[in-house]
Amino acid sequence: MTDSLIDIGLSRGLAVLIAKTLGVFALATVGLLWTFFCIWAERKVAARFQDRLGPNRAGPFGLAQTVADAIKIILKEDIMHQGVDRWVFNLAPILSVMSVLLIWVVIPFTPTLIGVDLSIGVLYLFAVGSLGSIAILMAGWSSNNKFALLGAFRAVAQLISYEVPMALAMLVPVVLAGSMSTQDIVRSQHVMYLIAAPLTVLIFIIASMAELGRAPFDILEAESELVAGYQTEYSGFKFGLFYVGEFLHAFTVGLLIAVLFLGGWRGPFAEDVPALGFVYLLLKSFVGYFAVMWIRMTLPRVRVDQILDLGWKFLVPLSLVNLIVVAFLWKILPGTDSINSAGDALVPSLVLLAANILMIAGVGMLLREEGRRERARIAARRAAQPVSEPGSVADAAPAGASD
Amino acid sequence: MLSEYAPIAALLVISVGMGILILFISRIFGPFRPTARKLAPYESGMEPFGPAIRRIPVKFYRVAVLFILFDIEVIFFLPWAVVFRDLGSYGLVTMGVFFFVLTVGFIYEWKVGGLEWE
Repeated sequence: MTDSLIDIGLSRGLAVLIAKTLGVFALATVGLLWTFFCIWAERKVAARFQDRLGPNRAGPFGLAQTVADAIKIILKEDIMHQGVDRWVFNLAPILSVMSVLLIWVVIPFTPTLIGVDLSIGVLYLFAVGSLGSIAILMAGWSSNNKFALLGAFRAVAQLISYEVPMALAMLVPVVLAGSMSTQDIVRSQHVMYLIAAPLTVLIFIIASMAELGRAPFDILEAESELVAGYQTEYSGFKFGLFYVGEFLHAFTVGLLIAVLFLGGWRGPFAEDVPALGFVYLLLKSFVGYFAVMWIRMTLPRVRVDQILDLGWKFLVPLSLVNLIVVAFLWKILPGTDSINSAGDALVPSLVLLAANILMIAGVGMLLREEGRRERARIAARRAAQPVSEPGSVADAAPAGASD
Repeated sequence: MLSEYAPIAALLVISVGMGILILFISRIFGPFRPTARKLAPYESGMEPFGPAIRRIPVKFYRVAVLFILFDIEVIFFLPWAVVFRDLGSYGLVTMGVFFFVLTVGFIYEWKVGGLEWE
């Protein structure tokens, strides 16, 4: 592509620039179209979880359902009501999609196919990932609606709280690979980092679920309290853009899990046949995506104070300790300086796995102790006031409780 | 060096362009029949009263301040995570000290009630 552009008389720099620009254009288009499939897949899976059939009328297996929905939503009236801040109101949904699409630039799809192999890939992921909370704040602030504003504030409090453990979890692959480039992280995973750092994967999944704002962390659009949160005043395709952004983000979390912890495009023969690497990456990211869907379908919503307690009092200290332990072990273990094959990586990975299991067991014991104390406290309170109106016990009990 | 980021800038422009295009499409194809009721802010069917933007509970600001503190500390971890192998035991000890200070601050915040939501 670049060569043929040079042939027709363009300078090298310009040719590369044009080729790259066309590349990211293709990336953005594929990303947005992929959302159609993601929404269909998620609705089908959700239906199975709830013992339904899911979309099955439009097209084979209901595959065209999302297309039909998109056409319908384009034909809807786009209401912009009194008192909104026009520019901010219109920019917010665009920014919400953009913040997700920008992540795709540093995803290595095959050994050669990557938007830009930035040397600061993971730092870029942090930077771009936090754009989403700005989009939500913009949407809530500009809507001139009390529900939207309150929803936006709750959402941002939640998103920024979970950004810290998420960032600390993403640092673990950086420590293990010794590089922030996503391509280097994939290349150095001779043994998947899932083996070496299962606790990190758990932290990452929990924090990502909160970043996604889905059940069990969907207080930002808790229907029973906030109508639809920051999206309350959005209609027509602007609402559609938020919807697209959310589903694309869910799949992107799957992609990130695959790249950072499941070895990305790595697999048998992936180095020789790049297309195979792409297939591996897709399969792996669907594993991550399915885990996210599963959690969403299984767990009920938690309260806002519980969410923030879980973030600050549990995940932040845990991810800090986890990072320090992994880094320390990785430093003192012999033979981690030059890992060039699965054989080299196996022993250190297994040692880290053992350390992780110890940490998980320790955390489990701490939580059990805390749960016991909590139950005792609730029982004591119940004994003190035998006739209590329904709900008072649950309301009075502090969530993560620590005095 | 900076030209590495040109595709990202291009994607930025492209996605904003796509977004604007999509918004225009829905303006063209969708109906546009505003009424006074439709243009009122949604408040569960009640008459909207007072300004929508009012004073925000201070606890949100507290979360924001906590986040800024911790995010900066995470940023300090980043360069260390990349080169800690080359820094040798010096790097490990230095980070241990930093981690200790961080932990003391965190415990203080916890005890003083900075992490409580209510």
